[in-house]
Amino acid sequence: MSEKLPSVDVLVVGFGWTGAIVAQELTDAGLNVLALERGRWRDTPTDFAPTFAQDELRYMWRHALFENLAHNTLTIRNNTSQTALPMRVMGSFLPGTGVGGSGVHWNGQTWRFLPSDLEVRSHVTRRYGAKAIPADMTIQDFGVTYDDLEPHYDRFEYLCGTSGTAGNLNGQIQPGGNPFEGARKRAYPTPAMRQAYAPTLFAEAAAKLGYHPFPQPSSNLSQAYTNPLGVQLAPCTYCGFCEKFGCGNYSKASAQTTILPVLMRKPNFTLRTEAEALTINRDSTGKRAVSVTYVDAQGREFEQPADLIFLGTYALNNVRLLLLSGIGTPYDPRTGQGVVGRNYAYQRTSFVNAFFDDKILNPFIGAGAHGMHIDDFNGDNFDHGGLGFLGGGYFGVLQTGARPIETHPVPEGTPTWGGAWKKAVAANYLKTTTISTHGGVMSHRGNYLDLDPTYRDVYGRPLLRMTFDYTDNEQKMARYITDRAADVARAMSPREIKVVYRDGSWDVVPYQTTHNTGGAIMGADPKTSVVNRYLQSWDVSNLFVMGASAFPQNPGYNPTGTVAALAYWSLEAVREQYLKSPGPLVRT
Amino acid sequence: METKLSRRGLLGAGLAAGAAGALPLAAPGAPEQSARGGGAGPDIRGDMPWQEGAADAPFPADRRAGYIYFTAAEAAFIEAAVGRLIPADELGGGAIEAAVPLFIDRQLDGQYGHATRWYMQGPWAPPLKTQGYQSRMTPAEVYRSAIRAIDDMVAQRHGGVPFAKLPPDQQDAVLKGLETDELAIEGVDTKVFFTLRLQNTIEGFFGDPVYGGNKDMIGWRLIGFPGARYDHGPFVDRHNQPYPLPPVGITGRPGWMPRDEDGQPKEVGTKTHV
Repeated sequence: MSEKLPSVDVLVVGFGWTGAIVAQELTDAGLNVLALERGRWRDTPTDFAPTFAQDELRYMWRHALFENLAHNTLTIRNNTSQTALPMRVMGSFLPGTGVGGSGVHWNGQTWRFLPSDLEVRSHVTRRYGAKAIPADMTIQDFGVTYDDLEPHYDRFEYLCGTSGTAGNLNGQIQPGGNPFEGARKRAYPTPAMRQAYAPTLFAEAAAKLGYHPFPQPSSNLSQAYTNPLGVQLAPCTYCGFCEKFGCGNYSKASAQTTILPVLMRKPNFTLRTEAEALTINRDSTGKRAVSVTYVDAQGREFEQPADLIFLGTYALNNVRLLLLSGIGTPYDPRTGQGVVGRNYAYQRTSFVNAFFDDKILNPFIGAGAHGMHIDDFNGDNFDHGGLGFLGGGYFGVLQTGARPIETHPVPEGTPTWGGAWKKAVAANYLKTTTISTHGGVMSHRGNYLDLDPTYRDVYGRPLLRMTFDYTDNEQKMARYITDRAADVARAMSPREIKVVYRDGSWDVVPYQTTHNTGGAIMGADPKTSVVNRYLQSWDVSNLFVMGASAFPQNPGYNPTGTVAALAYWSLEAVREQYLKSPGPLVRT
Repeated sequence: METKLSRRGLLGAGLAAGAAGALPLAAPGAPEQSARGGGAGPDIRGDMPWQEGAADAPFPADRRAGYIYFTAAEAAFIEAAVGRLIPADELGGGAIEAAVPLFIDRQLDGQYGHATRWYMQGPWAPPLKTQGYQSRMTPAEVYRSAIRAIDDMVAQRHGGVPFAKLPPDQQDAVLKGLETDELAIEGVDTKVFFTLRLQNTIEGFFGDPVYGGNKDMIGWRLIGFPGARYDHGPFVDRHNQPYPLPPVGITGRPGWMPRDEDGQPKEVGTKTHV
């Protein structure tokens, strides 16, 4: 039996980026907010201090900041004919746990989606005709437009102090920025980062080929910055330990470095750590959420009532909580009916190594969002006529810091160990760079999430089951953009290149990206979406579901900028509409 | 952790009355029970918590001499095997000189060896190639069972000689057979073992010396990685120039660098292979 606790106005489940944004906005609105976080308190001076944060073994390979799979994991398979087995060891993606969530160990790559990404089905139909979309490709419009989100993208970038060069200011194309981006109302809050040698060589080669290189928009800051909440961030030191690490220098935007110093001091906010949510409970009508049952570090169960509930856990866990709580109809891939778990998507990545003899690149100098890219082959920035696929990705040299356990590239044909391997590693480490591609994944009828029939977590609850593979569309897209990346690599005049397409089925072992999307998608129709355009549950109007679980498909960009923009967009509607008149914000 | 429960929030909650049946935020249990380890908490309110002496510093490897996890026979096998994976040569020391066997021993003795953060519940089934690690054994158990089985197999084929006593070319042949699965042994995860051990050898060669491997920063000096440095800012736009500073680890740069008559480190700067 769980002990019932006194009620609060707003309960936030999960305390990463979206949890902190929700709590900040709704405490500002005068509400009493309680956040539940399954992990523990973490902060810069205690947990990511620069005297020990730069530790590849501990953080990357021993997963010190990531979810503990012994407690909870998910099962994986490529299609429904296979038996899913548990992800016993992390590899392909690395969800976090603890205060700040995965936003502690993110890279700081802060993108906006293209206007056409947010209306992809309408856009493709207009440009190429409805027949261009294969029958099993279940892409849909987000239900919000770029213009809807622009002020909220801006809000997040100014919260973080994002460093970048605008490519499109109020419709005017700007030199040095990304000319394909949607129009922004004002420039980035801080100028782009300085670029190391390899990204510079990439940009020169790309420009020579007629492409449009620009600096990666970065929430590892180029200079000191004070955000609108009065919180200060410091200039990045390019130590090369962002991705998979906490920042010891207050240079990478995270909940800790942008919001918490203000939020934690508010009298109407409480954070409860080591509290893992088990289910969302509803009243007898099933249309109103009344509480969340959670378990504390001693294994005791509590029921926390609230008037308004926000799910802000990692995308995969949002979907699992909905399924475990019986909220919404689970998706069935045989019939295509149901919504919860539908349109799971991911990212399609590949890379090209360029090996030089005459250039010292010092690849260990880096930051999570330090590099130069081109966007000429992302989304629908290029004509897909006759190509046989939709979508695309950006690519470029993203010099995040070549930590040597993970990064010691060797040329084609080098043995995997022994004296020849050692010589090749020693000869190439300082003189090799990598062009990475970062492609989107269109949603597909067979890619989905549900509950596993066999495997359980430590609480005896079913694990989430992921059924996912790349489709013909993603394989053709990756081949196409990887070949374009190889063209740029050759134009950099290296001694030799190595092209890694990553053909074949999705594999859980090699790290790819922690960009799992979909499963609780937003949209205009309750038959094909879990939440409406304000991230409000169609079925339970006092439940909002934040995060990348809302993406109907995954465009060719990192998700965090859009995750945060959608949170601000949703909260604006909550503040201006819902609080005045609680109930569905979209009538069906 | 101090708990600051108050009802001040209510007074400032101008909009709260307009919210859906807004209720006061009440203490989840009595305040004195809300600290870490008691009540429904730990609840954190009123400030950014900070606690003296709580810094989450790494646990260094046990520095006592000798092996803790490995038996003598296992140690002989591992020393021979990692020495072939990363041999000493004209470029400098290899995995033996970098103390990789000691690193692996300490890792297997700790959380990693016992897979404390991996999902190890059954049932088990033959995996697809895309489903990753599916052994029912922990890394420590994989090493123990595989080393014994491989040594038995080698002894049968080579007149009772264990792997560690084979000439290097024959050791390489055995390692290749494990890598390609040609020497798969029924009932033993020899391929899993090979993959783990290659990964662990690279970890021990390039990881921070605080964990017992990468002794004298052999791995970092070989490739020119400057280690756990905190500020590369001055060098970002010095394009195509050798990085001038030697490596440091989490525990700093103890005086293990050879010195010349003037007391200056002989090896100034990292190797750049220009």
